[in-house]
Amino acid sequence: MTSTADKATAEVVETVTLTIDGTEVTVPKGTLIIRAAEQVGINIPRFCDHPLLKPAGACRQCLVDVAAPDREGNVRPFPKPQASCTMTAMDGMIVNTQNTSDEAKKAQEGVMELLLINHPLDCPVCDKGGECPLQNQAMSHGHAESRFIDVKRVFEKPLALSSEILLDRERCVLCQRCTRFSKEIAGDAFIDLQNRGAMQQIGTFDEDVLDFDGYEPIGVAAEDESGKAFSSYYSGNTVQICPVGALTSAAYRFRSRPFDLVSSPGISEHDSSGAAIRTDHRRGKVLRRLSDNDPVVNEEWITDKDRFAFAWQNLSDRLERPLVRGEDGELHEASWPDAIARAAAGLRAAAGRTGTPADRKAKGVGVLPGGRVTLEDAYAYQKFARVALGTNDVDARTRGASDEEQAFLGSSVAGTGLGVTFGDLEKAPTVLLVGFEPEDEGGVVFLRLRKSVGRQSVLTVAPFLSRGAEKLSASLIQTAPGGEAGALAAVKAGTDTADALSEDGAVVILGERLATVPGALAEALRLAKRTGARLAWIPRRAGERGAAEAGALPGLLPGGRDAASEAARDAVAQAWSVGSLPEAAGRDAAGIIAAAAAGELSGLVVGGVTPSDLTADLRAALTATDFVVSLEVRRTEVSEHADVVLPVAPTFEKPGTFVNWEGRLRGFATAIRTEAISDHRALDFLGRELGVDLKVGTVADVNEQLAVLGAAPKGQRMKAPTVKAAKPAPATGDQLILASWHMLVDEGALQDGEPYLAGTGRTAVARLSAHTAERIGVKDGVVTITGAAKGAIELPVVVTEMADGVVWVPAKSPGSWVAQELGVEPGTLVTVKGGI
Amino acid sequence: MSEHDDVWKVNRERDGEAQRFESNFPEYGPIAKTFAPVAGFGVTLRNFFRPTVTEQYPDEKTPAMPRYHGRHQLNRYADGLEKCIGCELCAWACPADAIYVEADSNTEDAQYSPGERYGRVYQINYLRCIFCGLCIEACPTRALTMTNEYELAGPTREGLIYEKQDLLAPMEDGMLAAPHPMVPGTVDDDYYKGDVTQVVQEQTAWVRERRPDDPTLPENRSAEDDASSRPAQQSPDAALSGPAGPVGGRTRG
Ligand code: SF4
Ligand code: SF4
Ligand code: SF4
Ligand code: FES
Repeated sequence: MTSTADKATAEVVETVTLTIDGTEVTVPKGTLIIRAAEQVGINIPRFCDHPLLKPAGACRQCLVDVAAPDREGNVRPFPKPQASCTMTAMDGMIVNTQNTSDEAKKAQEGVMELLLINHPLDCPVCDKGGECPLQNQAMSHGHAESRFIDVKRVFEKPLALSSEILLDRERCVLCQRCTRFSKEIAGDAFIDLQNRGAMQQIGTFDEDVLDFDGYEPIGVAAEDESGKAFSSYYSGNTVQICPVGALTSAAYRFRSRPFDLVSSPGISEHDSSGAAIRTDHRRGKVLRRLSDNDPVVNEEWITDKDRFAFAWQNLSDRLERPLVRGEDGELHEASWPDAIARAAAGLRAAAGRTGTPADRKAKGVGVLPGGRVTLEDAYAYQKFARVALGTNDVDARTRGASDEEQAFLGSSVAGTGLGVTFGDLEKAPTVLLVGFEPEDEGGVVFLRLRKSVGRQSVLTVAPFLSRGAEKLSASLIQTAPGGEAGALAAVKAGTDTADALSEDGAVVILGERLATVPGALAEALRLAKRTGARLAWIPRRAGERGAAEAGALPGLLPGGRDAASEAARDAVAQAWSVGSLPEAAGRDAAGIIAAAAAGELSGLVVGGVTPSDLTADLRAALTATDFVVSLEVRRTEVSEHADVVLPVAPTFEKPGTFVNWEGRLRGFATAIRTEAISDHRALDFLGRELGVDLKVGTVADVNEQLAVLGAAPKGQRMKAPTVKAAKPAPATGDQLILASWHMLVDEGALQDGEPYLAGTGRTAVARLSAHTAERIGVKDGVVTITGAAKGAIELPVVVTEMADGVVWVPAKSPGSWVAQELGVEPGTLVTVKGGI
Repeated sequence: MSEHDDVWKVNRERDGEAQRFESNFPEYGPIAKTFAPVAGFGVTLRNFFRPTVTEQYPDEKTPAMPRYHGRHQLNRYADGLEKCIGCELCAWACPADAIYVEADSNTEDAQYSPGERYGRVYQINYLRCIFCGLCIEACPTRALTMTNEYELAGPTREGLIYEKQDLLAPMEDGMLAAPHPMVPGTVDDDYYKGDVTQVVQEQTAWVRERRPDDPTLPENRSAEDDASSRPAQQSPDAALSGPAGPVGGRTRG
């Protein structure tokens, strides 16, 4: 029932013709009356009906008069008005809505009066007042006067469904949109209808509400270690679709009203899906974000992170003016021209471009844009590195990365345009997930896959079946981290998996974690060749794909060109009107950091990079380097170490483009106009001061150049990786293989300052198989994990059905900062000790 | 001849008549004509013998009419909690855009008003206010009422933006300064219904523990209870129906 537009594109659709309010309309068979009416511009009031949810007929607000032909073909009216949101259109049907039928009008007014009996009518203090379907439809389709004079039913308010979602039950009209969303779309059936009659209400599985006294809910509440039956990553959507103000979010509750807000469309900066959002701000402060309707990408849903994590942009440590390190060794505020002059002078010296003998001592500059940059910013960083600093030492992949991954991105991702799309995922008969957790790392990708549960077979190569994968009814190909390449190689022709992947439209989704598994991406390419399945690379961060497209990788030039190919370099140099591009191979992020720490680099330009996300020791590198320029939104560890800090705009204060994992350009405009400037503009200033015109001052400038460059022609492309799979290290004694990935809601830097959202995240636990737990002798249910770095992680153990010899911990959840504390990537051996 | 010409013709005729205007007043007689130049003095003379209506303001201040729309007041409940819940409806109702409200959440440690929210920032700009009283009508909790105070002038623009502390009703006898918890066992509805009539032990104890020097605590109050030193309070209903309150100066440092 999703959208009639989808169906219209299919070959030949069977249609039916009916008459609504005297207007004849032809619609595809199976269309609901309410949708058919929309097509001829007739609006039937409704509450429970939602185009993306299954029909429920819960509210009865959409009653219309219907007459349909019986078996003999005589058009006979139904004895009572019918719910137009549950009845499909039939040939020859005659529908009379409230516009033409007094009976339908009376029925609707009656329903409205009934709904309002127990409604508190507290619109003046309600968050929804002003954009409330109940308010609007009570005005357009209700009685002006209430005949109800008794005392209204009241509930204690609000009922906290989670730390973020609050429910005011007396406002609820029991349309069940929230419960249907949770069951049908998100798969987190955490709330449901309870009780009967006047006391019917929405609630959590709480014995007191249910009045079950002593009986536990039967539902799957066991998974959640927080002790609560509910932690959904998509719960914010229920607030948006609730047709009244019954569901509110703690973060926005009573903060403002719709008419206070200025809304601007935007793109979420949180993941690589590029979900369309709406940013609502007031008095220069973002108050809430909503999902926008983009049928090809996120439909009408976004994750809670997209929705609620925006406070980071305006925390008290937000940088407003440039900072320059003074004689006293402290950072002081400076004017833009001063800061740019200082930064340029430092970088010129570090890059050895002063034209003095001192140049001989200069060892060059490394550039780390970070993975959250827009396409334009990524382009500016790499052009700045290559033209102004004369180096290929630029890498946006501040996470586990490898040359194999770079070859994969260069050969099969960058410059390939729109590949597998959300729609393709939905239609795919088979989806193989490798190194990718759809719910935790994919955001709305999960919702698309979930849409096809039952119609699609999902296979996942993972150490255990996560809750997200379980909700997709996925079958597990149990693999210890590091063994993914082997698992892919094992999909030989003739096996069931290979057959499933050979089906038309099958997709293999590759996560960014595969970068650290030697041979995995090469194997995936071979698998795709063998079976004909299509590949989709879905990284986590919003800027990853854009960085690959823009060439912000050491070996990649814009458009997927190979920096090692002379033809490619010449083509780009010509487009940029420069003599030549640097030839020497660049270092990747880990290489740059290691070199800087060892004193082999004289300068660093660092964008949005969080040291605790990296296994490499960025702190040591920052201290060891002579000159550091930081382009940051907030004062961070990096900016504290920098010599010059240039404040840049957060996403809602600048225009730009994210390239989502599909390869789709997701452009967005400035939501709040401030004086803050984008990274690319700051780099343009720096370039000018260094004597080169990078022409990256505006989004239009960058896009013009990207358009001129286009995708790499065949000869200038990178070769596909051919790395052989390595045998993973065997787990012996207390040495276990580390498995880890980022939870959607965790302690990532972009989720700072949002305690209500953090409360919906999942408790950090260490997972071990029963056999492994026994082997290492877990005492007190706690394990201590140590790795290459000095830190240790101590977490409660949850025995899980999973691969032996593996320990799983969340990558950056409270008490579990893997990269910082252990200093290793997943797939490596760590020491796990039971007890303390 | 067109229609227009007809109209013009009528107009022209009327204009002609206007020039022939004659007064409806009767012609004065010969005596009246003689005294006409000094007739004005008669009015002056007559008023020598009538009671004076001049007010000796500012030497003597006369109370305004009971329903006069003067400076606003943010009221309190009998236990001292503020009535304002920070809903901003007054700001929305104001046709002059004179009110600015920023709300915040009440917490266990800082409960300023019953319920979830309170008005953290509350400003009324008296350079803009037209004293229409629409804000008073909009307020759902009767937090905002108007007093009879009309002396709203000042030498600076900033000074005429009254802040929350300038507008809050003074503490009456028996009230306890916010923040402090609500009366145990009550919910916000009980406050709205007027069921909370006084401060209870628990609230006093709470404040005593955290702010032993609070001047509104009974022990501190009796020590310096000097009624004349405290500005008198005007009860919210007095503002509409009761006798006029005293016209006090603005207490601002
Ligand atoms: S809480 Fe909202 S969405 Fe849920 S049943 Fe009630 S009215 Fe419908
Ligand atoms: S009295 Fe009228 S003009 Fe003055 S603040 Fe109230 S609503 Fe605004
Ligand atoms: S004074 Fe009244 S209307 Fe204004 S914010 Fe406070 S409670 Fe709301
Ligand atoms: S919209 Fe049809 S019953 Fe609710």
